[in-house]
Amino acid sequence: MKAKHQRLILALVALAALIGAGLLAASALRDEAAYFYTPHDALTKHVEPGKAIRLGGMVVKGSLKRAADGVTIQFNVTDNKATVPATFSGIAPDLFKEGSGVVAEGAFDARGSFVATNLLAKHDERYMPRELDGMKYDEKSHELTAKPVPAAKP
Amino acid sequence: MIAEAGLAALWLAAALAFLQLSLVYFGLTDKGDLLAAVRPVAVVQGLLTALSFLLLVTLFLRSDMSVALVATNSHSAKPWLYKFAGTWGNHEGSMLLWVMVMGIAGAAVALFERALRRDTHMATLGAQALISLGFYAFLLFSSNPFARINPAPADGQGLNPLLQDPGLAFHPPTLYLGYVGLSVAFSFAVGALMTRNVDATFARAMRPWVLAAWILLTLGITAGSYWAYYELGWGGWWFWDPVENASLMPWLAATALLHSVTVLATRDALRAWTIMLAVVAFSMSMVGTFLVRSGILTSVHAFAVDPERGTFILGLLALYIGGALALFGLRIGTVREGAQFELVSRETMLVVNNLLLSVILGLVLIGTLYPLMTEAFGHKVSVGPPYFDRIAGPIALALVIAMAAGPLTRWRKDQARAVARRLLLPAVVLLLALSLVSVLAWGRIGVLPFLGLVISAGVAVGSLAPLWKRNLRRTPLFTFGMVVAHLGCAVSLAGMAADSAFTVEKLVAARPGDTIQTAGWTLRFDDIRPIAGDNWTALQGDMTVSRGGGAAVDIHPQARFFTTPPTNTTEAALLTRWDGQLYVVLGQETEDGRWQVRIWWKPFVTLIWLGGIMIAFGGALSLIGRERRGWLQKLRRREAVA
Repeated sequence: MKAKHQRLILALVALAALIGAGLLAASALRDEAAYFYTPHDALTKHVEPGKAIRLGGMVVKGSLKRAADGVTIQFNVTDNKATVPATFSGIAPDLFKEGSGVVAEGAFDARGSFVATNLLAKHDERYMPRELDGMKYDEKSHELTAKPVPAAKP
Repeated sequence: MIAEAGLAALWLAAALAFLQLSLVYFGLTDKGDLLAAVRPVAVVQGLLTALSFLLLVTLFLRSDMSVALVATNSHSAKPWLYKFAGTWGNHEGSMLLWVMVMGIAGAAVALFERALRRDTHMATLGAQALISLGFYAFLLFSSNPFARINPAPADGQGLNPLLQDPGLAFHPPTLYLGYVGLSVAFSFAVGALMTRNVDATFARAMRPWVLAAWILLTLGITAGSYWAYYELGWGGWWFWDPVENASLMPWLAATALLHSVTVLATRDALRAWTIMLAVVAFSMSMVGTFLVRSGILTSVHAFAVDPERGTFILGLLALYIGGALALFGLRIGTVREGAQFELVSRETMLVVNNLLLSVILGLVLIGTLYPLMTEAFGHKVSVGPPYFDRIAGPIALALVIAMAAGPLTRWRKDQARAVARRLLLPAVVLLLALSLVSVLAWGRIGVLPFLGLVISAGVAVGSLAPLWKRNLRRTPLFTFGMVVAHLGCAVSLAGMAADSAFTVEKLVAARPGDTIQTAGWTLRFDDIRPIAGDNWTALQGDMTVSRGGGAAVDIHPQARFFTTPPTNTTEAALLTRWDGQLYVVLGQETEDGRWQVRIWWKPFVTLIWLGGIMIAFGGALSLIGRERRGWLQKLRRREAVA
């Protein structure tokens, strides 16, 4: 085989790989990127039940309840504009508490309650889930006060 | 005084780096003998960076709280190991570590590199000095590790307890050594482009650096994965956290570079592509540094939240990568074409390997940067494990199949039928595994774990096949290295597949005295009591586990509390058996006095890290084998002359 042909074949294969990778990335990003929602977003945009998303906000004070099995908790997540109920079975992170920020991974069930499979809270007092940027963190009380989140651009 | 001496050493080293760059610049264009001074300058520069770093270590060990960095990142009550490791458990210290490793690597290149043409060697040292200068500037102007604080606090703020772990004390330096090794490879590429000297000799000189960097990156990623697994208490070994991706991306590029530089060294083909990969690999370690150190991503591992530093690193990134790409564009036309090869050949297989690795690299890069890009347009998006699993899984499986087939093809030219014949045995094993796994687990496990189990069996045999019918005592060490590394990939893959397919999880709330049954194990919760460590207190669960009729073993999961800074951590109890690991986490107390206990039985999960160690060990065998062959040849030549 001539060198020129060989390089042509290699270039074509590389190009095909590149295009394939781009298409794969685009489709996977469309389907799988776990979009971040605040409770207000989730209610106004009507997230379908079962779709994996991340829900972020503050745990409403006084809303945290434990089920009798000792491992399931119920709480409400708010962004001061809307509030949604959530449940989680598992060991909650140490810094998960009422009045604190949380990002919950999971999906809504048919009744509009959020079933979390994973809770991301702060790992230490300096760490804050990036998605909660819009909310204000009080250095002294180590608490998160929900600042009104600017309305998402259309 | 110690801090001032450290800063002075750093300034002197920076001045020498500038001198080194100037000597190379004028020495290469002028005919004078300025180049003779380059090597000693590089060596002294390396020694000065080492001195500066050792002085910082001294400050940490002495808990000198008048130094701001020590005060904010250490505490006098900390165990000495973490005072020592705390030196690089922060932004400034880790940048100084980076600079020191670079300085010493530069000195080593100056002292020990003999194979390169002299002008290329000197241009390489010049490029190395230029890269170092950027980092010196970064340290001296925006992150001085020796800055004093007045008044000095009595005690420091302490090190993040998550970092107070032997695994994490030594995991960052390993990764850094790898990153810096890639910067040396980058300097070689720039040097070779400057002096238009891209050929097999150059590749043989560059290869040990790529190999060493790759070994260290492999070890660093393996250690980081195991650390996350046992320390975070989530029971997972890879989270696609941006900071993990920041170490994975240079590894992917280095793996591609390692294979292409071998093609260049043995067959003198893929010249331009190898140079390009050297540029990409170093770019990825810079991108990684930028992501971790700029504060643009918040993560468990990211310390510095400071826009100025981010901008500085972004500037360096643009300068180095832009400069290298410009040089590449200008000079690559003058690099003559290398040797040719047929379509069915080892070279083609390695090109396939490189393409697949590049595709994974590109997809991981897109997934990591996409949230940052969309955020610039006002959308908050998080790209999580579902994306990465979906894209990386299938391509990685294709990659390991290519990996098994590659070593069974011949260099330059091969017959398709002969290759097929050599692949017969691995293919048979693959089919046997397919039927076995189908019978045992069909419908009970996901598609990717299923394929992973099947393919790992075929690949394991395929990896060993190059040793088939060979005289093992005459087989060169680097061939064994390749076999061990490839086998390590199969072992790791088997561990990943087994973990995701067969893990059993149980979550309960239990009182002391209760017994829990799961996955063939019996766990008795005996007691819970407070205990105290050096700088923490903890609640410890006393439990005994047994399996079948076997002897009972005591395990002690803990929930630890650190006071400086105030933080809770989870110390999982891990029990390793030949067929897997039992992973027990103690959770919180419920209102009625029960304790949350989470138990995982993870069959063969340890294979993941065993495979990682095998991969690195295979790399080390190759490195030793190649180097030893070089020495022996040199010795023989010398004897022949005598």
